[in-house]
Amino acid sequence: MNIALLQTAALGHRAVVRTARQPANVVFPLVFPMLLLAVNSGGLQSATRLPGFPTDSFLAFALAVPFVQGALLATINANVEFARDIQTGFLNRLALTPVRGIVLLLGQLGGLMTIAVIQAVFYLVVGYAFGVRLASGVGGAFMLLLLEIVIALGFAALGSWAALRTGSTEAVQGLFPVFFVFLFLSSMNMPRNLIQADWFRWVATVNPVSYLVEAVRSLVIEGWNWEALALGFAAAGALSVIGFALSAHALYRRLERT
Amino acid sequence: MEHDNSIEAHGLVREFKKGPRAVDGIDLRVDPGEIYGFLGPNGAGKSTTVHMLTTLLPPTAGTATVAGFDVVKEGPKVRKAIGAALQEAALDPFLTGREHLRLQTTMHGITGEERRRRSDELLTRVGLTEAADRKIKGYSGGMKRRLDLALALVHRPRILFLDEPTTGLDVQSRTALWVEVGRLAKEEGVTVFLTTQYLEEADVLADRVGIIDHGTIVAEGTPERLKSEISSSTVEAVPADPAQREAVASVLERFGEQTTGYGPGSVAVQLSSPNGNLTEIVRALDADGVVLSQLQIHEPTLDDVFLAKTGRHLEGSGDEEERRQEREAEPAQV
Repeated sequence: MNIALLQTAALGHRAVVRTARQPANVVFPLVFPMLLLAVNSGGLQSATRLPGFPTDSFLAFALAVPFVQGALLATINANVEFARDIQTGFLNRLALTPVRGIVLLLGQLGGLMTIAVIQAVFYLVVGYAFGVRLASGVGGAFMLLLLEIVIALGFAALGSWAALRTGSTEAVQGLFPVFFVFLFLSSMNMPRNLIQADWFRWVATVNPVSYLVEAVRSLVIEGWNWEALALGFAAAGALSVIGFALSAHALYRRLERT
Repeated sequence: MEHDNSIEAHGLVREFKKGPRAVDGIDLRVDPGEIYGFLGPNGAGKSTTVHMLTTLLPPTAGTATVAGFDVVKEGPKVRKAIGAALQEAALDPFLTGREHLRLQTTMHGITGEERRRRSDELLTRVGLTEAADRKIKGYSGGMKRRLDLALALVHRPRILFLDEPTTGLDVQSRTALWVEVGRLAKEEGVTVFLTTQYLEEADVLADRVGIIDHGTIVAEGTPERLKSEISSSTVEAVPADPAQREAVASVLERFGEQTTGYGPGSVAVQLSSPNGNLTEIVRALDADGVVLSQLQIHEPTLDDVFLAKTGRHLEGSGDEEERRQEREAEPAQV
């Protein structure tokens, strides 16, 4: 097997193992989105009676949110650890080996994407247990996991950029509220066309997170809505490309090695 | 093919944007198989030098070759030839010792059976076989340092950089590490570049010592030669009555030049004759009616060398250096 692939896999494996051995980093991203889902779907069920609401189950409608939230939470946790690697000198240890810089980044991101997929499977199972059936079927579940990978990559790459740029765990933790502002200002709780406040509808429309949520949601409640999926993949892909480019540049600057 | 295991630096400089020159024109040569002790207080420029020689930090000026490769132009070749245990034992508290070795070997391109064999061999060598499957957060400082050394050795480097490897370790762990480093140089011909702020470490372990202060090498040579350059012992006397301090000083000054940096209330002179006679000093003090509470003779140490070259003792001067750098560094932009 190609040595760069083995190195990427080893770094990804380390990221997963490190997360798995910190119960707080495992439990919080699994439980918090589910609790929020339970509260929202209980309290906002009456919203489904609004004319034009796309489904009669707010639980099914809101199930898309944990997938985005979970990716965000996993990103914050993993990149706090990444920043800690910089602070403790672990990144220097790796930089002293013949490993290429891009492999260091891919390993970190790969581990995070694996964690995001595991979380996504958990959310799907919980949704299924509470009666949510994917309108897009089994194939939709695989598409959802693929979408989750790209979403996680986008957030992870942006988080890695913050970690590499600042080398500070506090700075990465500081991203948490910023990311969540984007989530709350999206169409997470209401379809965009039913948002009454003009400014909110406008913000939700220009907010890329809306398209991530809507792409996941389309697989859950609509079936195969190619437009929503294309927009979702495009938004996640754009975040990934921008985040990866920024991270790669920050890594180059951080590792001054010759 | 004969490998070049030497280290050479000419006029090596590292200047930071918001601070003084951390390294200010260092020239050095470390021969193959030699243990070179780089001795200096905190903030003297030791770690910055190591970072430049290990390719982690490009020099601002000057040149350096490690294992025959230019540290700026041939970084990957340098990294292949060297192993390094940097100042902090940078380990992941949630991984086990064996997992660290697995990761490190993979990063060096060692896989499969060879990886397993090399990991087991190194764990045995550093005495961590039993603790291999325990998480690092349960390791003592000494165990972490030993693992750090094992990780630096996975790819059989020809040159080893150890940045303050025994800082914070107990005597037993420190001695064990010295034995292993000595063995590596003697039996395996590994060139060792070791930074330390411990005089004893440099004295015991190093074939040659470079003393660094304020980013420049102020003295270099074998510990014996450096100490012999100081040439004579120092006598320190503490009068029983502090009022007699001047009287003690006037007697001792007949035998050498007064020196500072010893205990409060004491008077110290560096003897002008290499074989200064303690008996004569005692007689002279007695003749002048001086009563002493303490009288000591100090053989020259590397600290005396440091004192002679810088006017300060090595111990504690790191704090002073850090304060100086803080003063000189530009305030951070807000």
